Amino acid sequence: MFGYYLDLALRSLRRNKILTALMVLAIALGIGASMTTLTVLHVLSGDPLPGTSDSLFYPQVDPRDMDGYEEGKRPADQVTWTDGLNLLHAKRADRQALMTGGAVPVQPAQSNIDPFFSDARYTSSDFFPMFKVPFMYGRPWTEGEDNSRARVVVISRKLNEKLFGGKDSTGQTLRMKDTAFQVIGVLDEWKPTPRFYDIYMQSYGSVEDVFVPLSTSRDVHFEHSGSTDCWGTGGGDDEHAETSPCTWLQFWVQIDGADKVKAYHDYLVHYSQEQKTLGRFQRPPNVALPGLMEWMDINKVVPGDVRLQAWLALGFLLVCLVNTVGLMLAKFLRRSGELGVRRALGASKREVFMQLLVESGVIGLAGGFCGLLLAFVGLWLVRKQPSDYAALAHMSVGMLTFTFLLAVGSTLLAGLLPAWRACQITPALQLKSQ
Amino acid sequence: MQFAPILSALRRHRLATALIAFEIALACAVLCNACFLIVQQLRALHVESGVAESSLAVINLGCDDCKGADLNARVTTALRAVPGVQSVAVVNAAPFAQPTGYAGISLDREHFIAVPHFYAGGPGAAETLGLQLMAGRAFQADDFQTAESWLPQNTSVWVTRAFAQRLWPGQDPLGKEFWSDKYHFRVIGVLAHLTPPDPGGGHGDSAGEWSVFAPMLPGDSLHGVYVLRASAIDLPRVLREARVAAQRAAPEAVLDLQQSRTLPELRADFFRQTRVMVGTLAGVIVALLLVTALGIVGLASFWVQQRRKQIGIRRAMGATRGDILHYFQTENFLIVSAGIAIGIVMTFALNLLLMKFYEVPRLPVYYLLAGAVVLWALGQLSVLAPAMRAANVPPVVATRSV
Repeated sequence: MFGYYLDLALRSLRRNKILTALMVLAIALGIGASMTTLTVLHVLSGDPLPGTSDSLFYPQVDPRDMDGYEEGKRPADQVTWTDGLNLLHAKRADRQALMTGGAVPVQPAQSNIDPFFSDARYTSSDFFPMFKVPFMYGRPWTEGEDNSRARVVVISRKLNEKLFGGKDSTGQTLRMKDTAFQVIGVLDEWKPTPRFYDIYMQSYGSVEDVFVPLSTSRDVHFEHSGSTDCWGTGGGDDEHAETSPCTWLQFWVQIDGADKVKAYHDYLVHYSQEQKTLGRFQRPPNVALPGLMEWMDINKVVPGDVRLQAWLALGFLLVCLVNTVGLMLAKFLRRSGELGVRRALGASKREVFMQLLVESGVIGLAGGFCGLLLAFVGLWLVRKQPSDYAALAHMSVGMLTFTFLLAVGSTLLAGLLPAWRACQITPALQLKSQ
Repeated sequence: MQFAPILSALRRHRLATALIAFEIALACAVLCNACFLIVQQLRALHVESGVAESSLAVINLGCDDCKGADLNARVTTALRAVPGVQSVAVVNAAPFAQPTGYAGISLDREHFIAVPHFYAGGPGAAETLGLQLMAGRAFQADDFQTAESWLPQNTSVWVTRAFAQRLWPGQDPLGKEFWSDKYHFRVIGVLAHLTPPDPGGGHGDSAGEWSVFAPMLPGDSLHGVYVLRASAIDLPRVLREARVAAQRAAPEAVLDLQQSRTLPELRADFFRQTRVMVGTLAGVIVALLLVTALGIVGLASFWVQQRRKQIGIRRAMGATRGDILHYFQTENFLIVSAGIAIGIVMTFALNLLLMKFYEVPRLPVYYLLAGAVVLWALGQLSVLAPAMRAANVPPVVATRSV
């Protein structure tokens, strides 16, 4: 029966090409626009480290003074140097890394490359195993090298290609800010999206090109950049960053197991109380331990523009669907005579209903297909945009399937009302007027 | 025109009528809000920088270990030697370049009140930038002092009119004082405009012209960023040569290519995302109007075809073509009006929703009026072709197949 309905549907659609084209076009425009924006939204709000993010947490304490204190407000967004080191050295989590960002002047040995600034991350050794950073050559630095402030550097694949022609450069020397560093590792392609570990820099940018131990970076006076939040007499200048009352470092931990998470939370409370007794903290203990994805949500990492565009596109899809409902209603009612004959010859309401639904399904499929093409064009346009997330806009298999389901599903939904209405006609009345 | 027959005809097509009206309502809601967003973004795009943008360029050198005074001397000399350069000055930042001087201030040394951007400039910086002083006096030689870090301890500054309004509403800002930590400032001049480097960057309100301009002697805490002025036509060439000259004058420093650009380039870069957003919104609006028009055309065509016989009868009974044309036009007008009536409610609901989740102000009423006019026009335009076809139905149709 389905084959017969399909045949009927195709015939009926062919009979009025303009109306059919209008319906398909409306669906395609709506689907194309919403899939473009939804794909961008999906990519941007995705999990930067699938499989690992569940065990990553961002501990927060509140070292600020009582100025502007309000109960229930969130603790400080980052940590101070003192707290960062205390928490790092306490080693209460399975892994932990303290970090901040900056830009370093790179002075290539080759005379044909001018000196340039590279984005850098100053961090501690657990950064690499904790975030499962892939290495192409060499190894990350060790805790020992952290403590001895070793002049070692891990560079990105991109920088390795620029400076060493993509060859295994471990053991080579890289001069940065008049200091010689030994290259000990080269990263493979690594692109966590969003770049979750420091959302105060470009949250959708590529990862840094230079990774240096945090202790070393302070030793050789690498400039730190990114968010710095000071209170009281805090000046926030680089030289006194260790002692001034400013938060400027990100601290991440890996904790495997829910009970250990609870234990770590308790530890943070305990730590805050201890610091308050010591006189360093003034506020009552105020701690938080958001997971990675929760931290992304709290900070609204997905650009507001993108969300707004997605909502706009969904509104647009709704208009397109209402439009299709109207057109289908017109189309189905125009065939009252034909449907009347079928009903008079013994077709049940249900069968007529099914027939009309098959017809709207065909429109949905065609609209979905055209919409998919439009979505590809749309994504191509998005990639042409200059924003830092533009290059990420690609359709995945999941989104592809979703597009089709959305197109067919919404068109079937749109077909329900007209089909129901068309089934309500009395066969006798239609036959009489013929 | 008599509405009664139209209304009674529409009553027989309640579902289709309701659908079209609903579609118009949705279109009205999206149209008004999207237009409003576009205007908001356009306003941001056209922010007045307060400087002589078209003839300015920035050279940004990074050098941590350089002696500031020595670097400044070498670079400014080299830049002045570039043919076409009219003047050169040392600054800490320029509009649309990297912001460097946001700091919280207080009027009473206790309660933070706002976070303006502090521009600092050496002698001649105000003139090179082309700042327009509205009230107060120009800087004199003894206003320029050296600073150990950030700014001099006591500085006479200029503030923008907008920022003065924020700090001292309705008062004369000249001679007023404010503090930032241990630094003390006295207002000696008011600027018509001077945007922070990142207008709308979240430190000020949406109007956001919270800037302070402080004079100081270039040196260890003011070096590396140079603003140069040349005629607008010459500017690209001057910048090219200035980049080379600066690099040659200070080989140990690193030239920041991203930041060493002309001000028009920096501005275009800064607003690129906004322009994309405007394009997207405009695209949505056009597509939306198109789809709505197509829907009206489709449904109206259907009705015309369905009523061919009735139209024929009316024509046979003496109705003119104009009567038939007007019938469909009035019908469309009524449906669109109903849609707009629902749409007004939906528009404000959507606006409230946007206000809740995004920083969007309340929608002014005249957007609704404009939206209504556009939709009425769209409806009339789309219904025109089907209505003409209806008007062309010959009276003889009435005699057939009855």
